[in-house]
Amino acid sequence: MALSAPSDVKLARLRADFPIFAQRTSRGKPLIYLDSAATSQKPRVVIDALADYYATSNANAHRGVYELAERSTEAFEAARENVARFIGAQPRELIWTRNATEAINLVANAWGRANLRRGDAILLTQIEHHSNLVPWQRIAQEVGAQLRFIPIDGMGEHVLDDLDALLDGVRMVALAHVSNTLGTIAPLETIVKRAHAHGALVLADGAQAAPHLAVNVAELGVDFYAISGHKMLAPTGIGALYGKRTLLEEMPPFLSGGDMIKSVSYEQTSYDDPPWKFEAGTSSIADAIAFGVAVDYLRAVDMSWVREHERRLVAYALARLDPLRSRGLVIYGPKNPDRISGVLSFNLGDIHAHDLASILDTDGICIRAGHHCTMPLMNLMGWSATARASFYLYNNEDDVDALYRSLERAAGIFKL
Amino acid sequence: MDDFYRDYILDHYRHPRNFGHLDRVDVQAEDSNPLCGDRLRIELALDETGRVQDVRFWGQGCAISQASTSMLTERVKGLTLEEVARLSKDIVLENMGIGISPTRMKCALLGLRVLKSAAIGEIAEWPDES
Ligand SMILES: Cc1ncc(COP(=O)(O)O)c(C=O)c1O
Repeated sequence: MALSAPSDVKLARLRADFPIFAQRTSRGKPLIYLDSAATSQKPRVVIDALADYYATSNANAHRGVYELAERSTEAFEAARENVARFIGAQPRELIWTRNATEAINLVANAWGRANLRRGDAILLTQIEHHSNLVPWQRIAQEVGAQLRFIPIDGMGEHVLDDLDALLDGVRMVALAHVSNTLGTIAPLETIVKRAHAHGALVLADGAQAAPHLAVNVAELGVDFYAISGHKMLAPTGIGALYGKRTLLEEMPPFLSGGDMIKSVSYEQTSYDDPPWKFEAGTSSIADAIAFGVAVDYLRAVDMSWVREHERRLVAYALARLDPLRSRGLVIYGPKNPDRISGVLSFNLGDIHAHDLASILDTDGICIRAGHHCTMPLMNLMGWSATARASFYLYNNEDDVDALYRSLERAAGIFKL
Repeated sequence: MDDFYRDYILDHYRHPRNFGHLDRVDVQAEDSNPLCGDRLRIELALDETGRVQDVRFWGQGCAISQASTSMLTERVKGLTLEEVARLSKDIVLENMGIGISPTRMKCALLGLRVLKSAAIGEIAEWPDES
């Protein structure tokens, strides 16, 4: 079950790129970070890119004729091109946002208000993160549209049996490409095909997919795709929305103000072309540039290596943790490493997930506990809270072994 | 934090005292932990002098919130609502008998907050944090 030797070498080398792992916890333990689904750690090159930008190139993008402003603008737009290519998009199809949440809000508001009418339907799934649910609830309420949900079965998988019936009258299908709670990879290609056949658009929430899978929006055929930089090695405060060129051209702006205009009179304004039409105000320039450095890093590591590494780590974890079933360990979601990304949600006996996370914390292990911003899913499944371990490219089998030992210790403390 | 899970805490977690619902409720409150969404409800019945005659709590949550609420309910009988409203977090810390990390403080104080909310008839501030 051990990773192959070349992989081990590569892993050791790339772990050293993440300065955060050099530290010990206040109890002198090595840091075991199993919460990358919440946010990823950052490699040195990304951290340096931020400081470098401010030290050498800081000026407002698109707003100066002097050399420094030109350098800033060029780096900012080069990062756009870079991140766009990373997900198979054209640069003019990539709008900078603060995060995936803002990207989804942009579509729900700008596209939604212009296109949704009373009686239209929006189709989501039962597994959605609040970020891909609440914005749709709001616009549906505002325009009198209806929300529908693709069911999720007890194993955490999408049930597509009634998909065609569900799609009747639907204008937009919005769904997580990968679930942050269970790791489930959505059958996106099937859904896109059927949605388009019904004349509906598809927005995929790629917050948990783009960091872990090789994503190509053109091949997926999605109309919109939302990502968050901070979950894929980039800083917080920068994300992106991919939208098909023709759709972006027709869409009205979301926020408005400076930077997104062609010309302004006291009475009216003509807007800039996409993507700039959707970027009102000064962007997070340094963070966008660092996002470009982050995708360079991921490209160099190779996304197919990342996927395979996480797949093997999940398989290792499922086998390693299996003996704890006799102590009450229950792992939720599809237990097939081919069907999930690097996420395991679980509970141990009657230990509340919060208590479990506290005990693991004393061993230097960072996991998430709670509802994972998927309260409706938790209620549907009848779970009040789960613990979640999530893996990324820098995690290794030692991390899983530490998780196992700490869970065993927790079982002991709670006399399971 | 793990030496925290002592036998009496686990005992209150697995066998909470005053758990369930009252037949006659005079004042009550319900709230959730903002971090994890765990819900908690507390019901009080008062005697003719306005003192707490009986108490029940209901909800689900971590060992810290359940045990701290369970222990708290054992100490409210006989108090007036004014006295309940004036309780500080010390009563919780004293009941728990061991340091609570800052990240779990809201778990420990949820019961007290709901209890005080019931006493004053509106959502109380987080104890000693205002
Ligand atoms: C599936 C999914 N969608 C959306 C988001 C929202 O991401 P952000 O908070 O970066 O906007 C998250 C983050 O937790 C997520 O996991």
